[in-house]
Amino acid sequence: MAEPLLKVENLHKSFGSLEVLKGIDLELAKGEKIALIGPSGCGKSTCLRCVNFLEIPNQGHIYLDGELFGQKKVGDQYSQMSEKELARQRATIGMVFQGFYLWPHLNVRDNVAIAQIKVNGMAKSEANDLAMDMLKKVHMDHKSEEFPERLSGGQQQRVAIARALAQRPKLLLFDEPTSALDPELVGEVLNTIHELADEGRAMMLVTHEIAFAREVADRVVFMDGGGIAEQGPAKDIIDNPQNPRLQSFLGQMLERN
Amino acid sequence: MIEFLSVYGENWSTWQPPMVSAIWVTLALTFCAYILALAIGLLVALGRMSNSAMLRAICKGYVEFTRGVPTLVILFLIYFGLPGFGIVFDAFWAGVIGLGIGMGGYIAEVFRSGLQAIHFGQREAALAVGMTPFQSFRYIMLPLAIRIVLPPMLNMLILILKDSSLCALITAPELMLFAKDLASTTFLPMHLYLLVGVVYLALSLPMSLVARRVEARMQAGMSR
Amino acid sequence: MTLTEKIELYSITLVKGAGWTVSITLLTFCIAVVLGLLFGAVKAYGGKQTYSSTFTLKETLSYVLARIAIIAINIYVEVFRGLPALAVLFILYFGLANVGIRLEPFTAAVMGLGLIGGAMLTEVFRAGFGAIHGGQREAALAVGMTPLGALQHIILPQTWRVTLPPIANYAIGLLKDTAIVSAIAAPEIMFFARNLVTRTFDTEIIYILVAILYFCLSFPLARLADRFEAKALEGAR
Repeated sequence: MAEPLLKVENLHKSFGSLEVLKGIDLELAKGEKIALIGPSGCGKSTCLRCVNFLEIPNQGHIYLDGELFGQKKVGDQYSQMSEKELARQRATIGMVFQGFYLWPHLNVRDNVAIAQIKVNGMAKSEANDLAMDMLKKVHMDHKSEEFPERLSGGQQQRVAIARALAQRPKLLLFDEPTSALDPELVGEVLNTIHELADEGRAMMLVTHEIAFAREVADRVVFMDGGGIAEQGPAKDIIDNPQNPRLQSFLGQMLERN
Repeated sequence: MIEFLSVYGENWSTWQPPMVSAIWVTLALTFCAYILALAIGLLVALGRMSNSAMLRAICKGYVEFTRGVPTLVILFLIYFGLPGFGIVFDAFWAGVIGLGIGMGGYIAEVFRSGLQAIHFGQREAALAVGMTPFQSFRYIMLPLAIRIVLPPMLNMLILILKDSSLCALITAPELMLFAKDLASTTFLPMHLYLLVGVVYLALSLPMSLVARRVEARMQAGMSR
Repeated sequence: MTLTEKIELYSITLVKGAGWTVSITLLTFCIAVVLGLLFGAVKAYGGKQTYSSTFTLKETLSYVLARIAIIAINIYVEVFRGLPALAVLFILYFGLANVGIRLEPFTAAVMGLGLIGGAMLTEVFRAGFGAIHGGQREAALAVGMTPLGALQHIILPQTWRVTLPPIANYAIGLLKDTAIVSAIAAPEIMFFARNLVTRTFDTEIIYILVAILYFCLSFPLARLADRFEAKALEGAR
């Protein structure tokens, strides 16, 4: 088997006395799309945030493209990376948040371009061109001069996706990208993600949109109580769930929709 | 009216030189007090967000103190009260310290609300695109904070300029004292106080114009 | 005299001054609110009309008057927000006396601070009125309310959420600003304190007592302001 793009090894995370992740092992092949589903509080968002070290795991390791992520290994000892090294690694993973978090003092184009200028030292004109290309991808190039507050939630999220794409990421993380949106705006964002998925990008997606996960993801991972309860090909898992907890979860989600 | 104005013509040559030097003192007083107030304000704002409960309490106490005690009383305490404890400042520096302490509490609150208005997620988004914590502060958090904080900061500068007139009452040789002293010898108080009133307006109006411009511009970029 | 005796004696005098401070503050506050409401309303609603060539003479006149009123109010606001309070007081007290208008220190103090406060509150009320959609007023007029009735029953009850926090903060600032009127010999805490100092030379004790006294007076106001602010934030969500 080829080297996986992402390898999550025995991931543990606690907040105070609350153990949120109890040892997660997960692999993601190049070009593979994984959807993480599960009841709220099951640890799926925390898991995603540990992948790019926005949360520092208490135990376990992340490997991206075979390279240890966020940590250094000297002999048998693992130690925290410096912030600078960590930042360089983070730049290779794109992330899209539930709350968009566009920077309100920058217009749409600058939101997409600034990291390329400040982090990668790209020339301003080049970064602007890149930003416009990325905005075209998410069909937001006509709003490049607008400020984020003037956009709808769906438009803001598409700009946030363009911002992540501009990093030319090896892996894209989506943390409930449509949960903060009004129902009528969900479609445009899902369409955008769908187009990216069709390009063969590797992505990891935390979502409550079960039908979307079934359609887009290669593999669905059902998390429950801080661990992986069941995983497998998307259609098998969702059409024919084995785990009783997964059955009742899917039942609830279908009822809600 | 013409009679009233002609008094200025007659006295201009004797009034103008001391007035100009008094204006410089007022500006120096305002500037130094503003710098001091900014420094105090920043430290106290950080202190109020620190992990030490003791430090938080001290900083909160200071803010409450400045909110409740008139600047004039602080000035009198420093200039007339402190010598009783063997600490003597000349009128200018007593003025700088008094105004700085008096305004520092307000500035601390402005800083604090500015920092609180920034959503934590915006920092995370900066880290996620590969910025270091320093870069996220430099390119995202700081510009955001400045946008929120700059307009009230400019208004604080105007307040300090106006409050600097209180230093006349502790005999700092600034603009108001110039008028007060001359009024008592020339018996032309109306002329002199109107004159310094115009000077204060000439100094403060451009500042408030700039403050409003800045506010409008910052709000064009983002509204909260 | 022991220190405790001194403190007791001085406190009695200073508390007497505090009575004056409170009355100056209250009186000034009322003047400022009336001026602010009036001018704020004119600024918010006076400029709504756009000129049209079909205006009758009466309409044209009221339109021109409203424009002039707004310009005058703007000048008033700019001047009294830009002048130090001390300059205003000195002009009213020493300046006017010099041209034959002799004001009592107390009167000059209340007038001066009231004019300054009016300028501040004009902007506060204008913003408050401006925050309410114009259609609300039109709807009130449509059901037959007078403009004043619409203001009283529809607009004002809604503006308090926006205006109360700055008004409370203004009241605190005003209470502190009354310390300045001692400079024109108006009776209040600072004036009594300065008299005490010239007689006893117990400078540090007296001014520390003064600071404590002002703090005690403003503390309840500050808590009130905090509560208004918290409420306003709640409402904004």
